[in-house]
Amino acid sequence: MRLVLPNPGLDLRILSYDDLARMDKEEASDRPKWDNKAQYILTCVGCCIGIGNVWRFPYLCQSHGGGAFLIPYLILLVLEGMPLLLLEFAIGQRLRKGSVGVWRSISPYLTGIGIASMLVSLLVALYYNTLIAWIMWYFFNSFQSPLPWTQCPLNENGTGFVPECQESSTVDYFFYRVTLNSTASIADSGGIHWPIVVCLVAAWSVICLCYMQGIGTSGKAVYVTAILPYVVLAIFLVRGLTLKGALNGVKFLFTPDVDELLQASTWLDAGAQVFYAFSIAWGGLISFSSYNPVHNNCMQDAVMLTAVTGMTSIFAATVTYTMIGFRATEKYDNCVSQNIMTMINAFDLHEDNITISNYEAAYNRLNSSYPDIVLGLDIKTCDMHTFLSEGVEGTGMAFIVFAEAITKMPGSPFWSVLFFFMLLCLGISSLFCNIEGVVVPLRDLNVFPKKWPQEAVTGTTCFLAFIISLIFAQRSGFYWVTLFDSFAGSIPLLTIGFFELIAVVHVYGIDRLNEDLKFMIGYKPSIFWQITWRFISPVIILVILVFYMVIQAQEELTHLVWDPSSEKFPSLASIPYPAWVSAVIFVLAGVPSLVVPMYTLCRLVFVYCRKKYSVTCVMCY
Amino acid sequence: MLEKIFLLLCFSSALANQLCKPDASDGYKVRISLKTALGDDAYVWNENEMFFFRSTLAFAMRTHVSGQRFEVSNIVVCNETPRVSFWFVVTQPQNLSQLIDKEHVEEAIRKSRSRINSAFLLTDNTLEFIGIQPTLAAPVEPVTPPWLIVFGVVMGAIAAGIIVYMVSTVVRKKRKKNEKTNGDDTDDETRVKTIESGRAADGVYNLSFADDERL
Repeated sequence: MRLVLPNPGLDLRILSYDDLARMDKEEASDRPKWDNKAQYILTCVGCCIGIGNVWRFPYLCQSHGGGAFLIPYLILLVLEGMPLLLLEFAIGQRLRKGSVGVWRSISPYLTGIGIASMLVSLLVALYYNTLIAWIMWYFFNSFQSPLPWTQCPLNENGTGFVPECQESSTVDYFFYRVTLNSTASIADSGGIHWPIVVCLVAAWSVICLCYMQGIGTSGKAVYVTAILPYVVLAIFLVRGLTLKGALNGVKFLFTPDVDELLQASTWLDAGAQVFYAFSIAWGGLISFSSYNPVHNNCMQDAVMLTAVTGMTSIFAATVTYTMIGFRATEKYDNCVSQNIMTMINAFDLHEDNITISNYEAAYNRLNSSYPDIVLGLDIKTCDMHTFLSEGVEGTGMAFIVFAEAITKMPGSPFWSVLFFFMLLCLGISSLFCNIEGVVVPLRDLNVFPKKWPQEAVTGTTCFLAFIISLIFAQRSGFYWVTLFDSFAGSIPLLTIGFFELIAVVHVYGIDRLNEDLKFMIGYKPSIFWQITWRFISPVIILVILVFYMVIQAQEELTHLVWDPSSEKFPSLASIPYPAWVSAVIFVLAGVPSLVVPMYTLCRLVFVYCRKKYSVTCVMCY
Repeated sequence: MLEKIFLLLCFSSALANQLCKPDASDGYKVRISLKTALGDDAYVWNENEMFFFRSTLAFAMRTHVSGQRFEVSNIVVCNETPRVSFWFVVTQPQNLSQLIDKEHVEEAIRKSRSRINSAFLLTDNTLEFIGIQPTLAAPVEPVTPPWLIVFGVVMGAIAAGIIVYMVSTVVRKKRKKNEKTNGDDTDDETRVKTIESGRAADGVYNLSFADDERL
């Protein structure tokens, strides 16, 4: 398809090949540069490997058919993720600007894409850093034995535990009450919970320090934040595999259920996960590749990054599920032991009479002889499958399931410190991408005075973002984070990614891009890239976007709340959102998506008016 | 003489049997879970252990019920099961046919609970007195919350990092300024470069034109 929209003046706005060659020789450029290739690759790896790989991918894998899920995931990784990745790398490296600058160079009417990227990056950075603040809280609290989430506080007369803790569990209580002090709905703000404010201060200060001089400082920090998670995951893999019941978890994860491949939702979730994992449409990757030398082989980088992301996802999923298998086995054993105790207490049998191995036989024997007594005993059903599949997604996975699994391991404070430090590194390395996608466009749009040094810009941005993120320090902050996660981090990214593809293929021109790549790396991209850029990737994104919007529009707007007074306690109750949340959702999802067409329209109108005015004024002379 | 003693013993044991029965109003049921508590190191529950148990209960009663000297024979046990559970009642030292009230027994046991537990290497969960709730141990809470300490350390490190960074930047700027005053004119770190006059040999590439695309 050679459909290219007219784009006058493109050559005036971008550097020509001679300019690039001269810049490369002289190394005369005002843009920051990577100290070495390793820094660049590690920063991109850190960008793509985030907390989502630990707590979202394993859940998707297990709930969509286990090992079979890897098939759509890997297919879409190659067909959807890799082409978009190479696209962003190529235009960043060729046009040598941040995200706003790049789209402005391609066409001034498309600056909206850059602005939308910046808005999305900002919204995501706000709630992502709150997650990091929560992880920091757990990290700070891991330096004690016993860990604070193993204990319930006592009630007034000291004979039992606080009822909220008694009915749920110590880990739930610690997360929802001690850490967050959650209210019962998003409408009830409840005031500021100061431990979270303190952790937010710490989180934003760390980011500010690491990003003080842009990639000059973050490039050094990334050696730790990008490599350490792998080391820790390896340690946890070894530790995890030696735990009892770990293999149950791994088996559960990878047991393929081929029927799931026929479900549309499997492919949708795989596509969405690939998209978010690669941090496409945040603008950070474009910035990062613009600091590369002109002849850097970005195609190799894109392929390598795709491979690394795919393998890390599978690796992290394995490690996660060893821990989940261990926890589920513990819970199962406890459940069975409790049932055994109930039965031997009721029938006054010797303790050795019923063990875990002959539990089933003994239960059947007693049930057939004394069915009435057994019925009145309140024997719980112990189902391994239930234990393996409960609460294993998102915040629940890290702060509840994993925290609980760690408390059962010997030497738990050490493992806890290690685990939460790994999550911190994963989060901070992704946040570098985000901050880059916010700060560089702000500079390009001249929001800050030009003479402010990088430090001042970073500091001001971090401070303002901290002030805004105090929304999440409220007692209803957990519901706000979920809201942001569902809406700011989903539809806008898909829309922007789609616009990016259309802009590069049809406004910049795919032929021009091919020529650029030939100039930069020495050969034209193969037929695979041509087909994916022109047809496959846009179609996939469009399909996912349409399905997503249809599903969202049909769903009732509800959210899960922690309400001790509800009947379903300790399960989260589902209550509808208040009416004003629709306005918030519009700001989160609608504004970034609509900025692109709105900006184009406004600019068209503005240019048209100016032309009319200048035409009329020619006649004034 | 011997017959009289024999009769007395029979009579007292019969009386004791009448006093101690399951669901006695002044008695308690005890349940012991040796395997759960001690696993492979569990000892066997036999008569000697039962004697030991009765003597610890007598000790508890002596300590906490003032003025009365309880003996092992005052603790009457019945209805032993293979589970290792049994009922016991406590008789008054002077009058073997009278029982001590439930409340006094409970109070005595509650106060000596930890001594009784440790005598048998058991815990509140594995040595149960059905009907007497153990007072739970308060959760361990250190005086200064440890997380504040770690937070202080981390914030201190960040503040130190920022200060070091600022100082090094200032030092670097000062050094550059010194070089400048020694006769070199060098660029400063502005983004927009301008073509410098008088140095035609080194033309500096002017990127400002490329930036400015206003239609």
